Amino acid sequence: MVEPFGFIGIFIAVAFILASVPVLLNWLIAPKKPNPIKEETYECGIETVGDTWVQFKAQYYIYALIFVVFDIEAAFLLPWAVAYKQVPLVGVIAMLLFIVLLADGLVYAWRKGDLKWR
Amino acid sequence: MDPFSSIAVALENLLASLGFADWLIDLIMAVLRSAILGTVALLAFMFLTWLERKLIGRMQDRLGPTYAGPIGILQPIADGIKTLTKEIVVPKGADRWIYFSGPILAAMAALAVFAVIPFGPDTGNGPLVGTALNVGLVYVLAAGAAGIVATIMAGWGSNNKFAVLGTFRAVAQLISYEVPQLLSLVAVAMVAGTMDMVKIVDAQTVPFIFPLFVTALLFLISGVAESGRSPFDLLEADSEIVAGFHIEYSAMMFALVQMAEYIHAFAISCIVVTVFLNGWAWPFLPGLAPIWFLVKCFAVFFILIWFRGTLPRFRIDQMMAFNWQFMVPLALVNVIVVAVVDRALSDAAGWTSASQPWGWGLVMFAANAVMLLAALGLMSLKGREARMRDAEKARSQSAVAATGR
Repeated sequence: MVEPFGFIGIFIAVAFILASVPVLLNWLIAPKKPNPIKEETYECGIETVGDTWVQFKAQYYIYALIFVVFDIEAAFLLPWAVAYKQVPLVGVIAMLLFIVLLADGLVYAWRKGDLKWR
Repeated sequence: MDPFSSIAVALENLLASLGFADWLIDLIMAVLRSAILGTVALLAFMFLTWLERKLIGRMQDRLGPTYAGPIGILQPIADGIKTLTKEIVVPKGADRWIYFSGPILAAMAALAVFAVIPFGPDTGNGPLVGTALNVGLVYVLAAGAAGIVATIMAGWGSNNKFAVLGTFRAVAQLISYEVPQLLSLVAVAMVAGTMDMVKIVDAQTVPFIFPLFVTALLFLISGVAESGRSPFDLLEADSEIVAGFHIEYSAMMFALVQMAEYIHAFAISCIVVTVFLNGWAWPFLPGLAPIWFLVKCFAVFFILIWFRGTLPRFRIDQMMAFNWQFMVPLALVNVIVVAVVDRALSDAAGWTSASQPWGWGLVMFAANAVMLLAALGLMSLKGREARMRDAEKARSQSAVAATGR
């Protein structure tokens, strides 16, 4: 048996082939007749104005920050969850306190009105 | 031994008799296994496009595809040939590398999940699975997250304002719904005591949908949101931002985007079946485990189609509020309740999922029901309060306007 991550490497390589071969085939057999009108950006018939790559609204960063908090919490929670059945009662209570502490952060953001989409 | 394993063993013996080295046999078998898994996923994708169009058609009192083959079953092949012969139009000013790698990465990420999905039991030659990864749950989530990056690449690389709007929404939606998904899998890992998908199926003395149905609900809903399907299809809302992040894709690139979406949704239903519905297990004919597994997966996928046929699209503020003010708190409470009830049962009564599966399952089910009812009750109460407040505000404003004139 190939070790797990070796197999996953092989699988992802196969997935890359499965995904890119149709595109390659498409590129080989499809017509290629580019013209300036065809390559226009499609914005419902109106010519595009200004730069497309604008800045994100600041609010996305707040959601991203809260997301990071909970993502890291899950990174700590998952190993604990696997060991949950062997952990003594103290360990369970400690982790529940950890969850409550982070939930407190969510309540704080909620009270501040950061969870309201504006 | 089931037919699938015996074919694999026969092939291995054949290769060995031809004098191949051991590592080469392993490599060939791994490549074959990946190719078969990938092909199964692609065939499922083709079948699902047809099934979804047909079922959505029936739900909307239409017939759906009827023309290509009997009851339109050859429609996916016709679509495939059509997309294959169309021109790939690259929009002006697109970031070519990002533009082309977006859909390919999306398809890869969606396919990657199938490496750890178990299709059958261990019948003497190892379980019927790509690889038994000991961090399977984390891997599955990581593959989903790679799909998010691919969506962002596709939208950002197209140099189109609608696509960028879709990307913004994708960022907000996909990272938000990642949180309840992660937290719901924490509860699963807690009860199963492992993150290995194969062992999770074995650990289900009673299908986890009974003792953990709030978890299952959270996972299913956040899974639908993660795969960007209706009612959470804001990132490709066709009536507002045309097609969102994949507006500028044509021909096979467009087909790849669709493929990634369908395979992701199918992967979500496979994970739901594996984790909550006892995977490949079935009361009779255990030799056909992969067939039963796929039947269950299609049944779960039917629920997703049903969602799409029933529910209107959410507004973005509703969607964010639903996640952060309902799903995430419920997921946190869920982890706490599962931990406390499970520990109390095992310490006080000695009931665990192994020793007393149905007694344990029943108590867990009751705890879940109480939790869900409390959450829904609290939500409807708070919702009514908020609506009353808004109505009051509107009334006083109109009164001010009337007297001010």
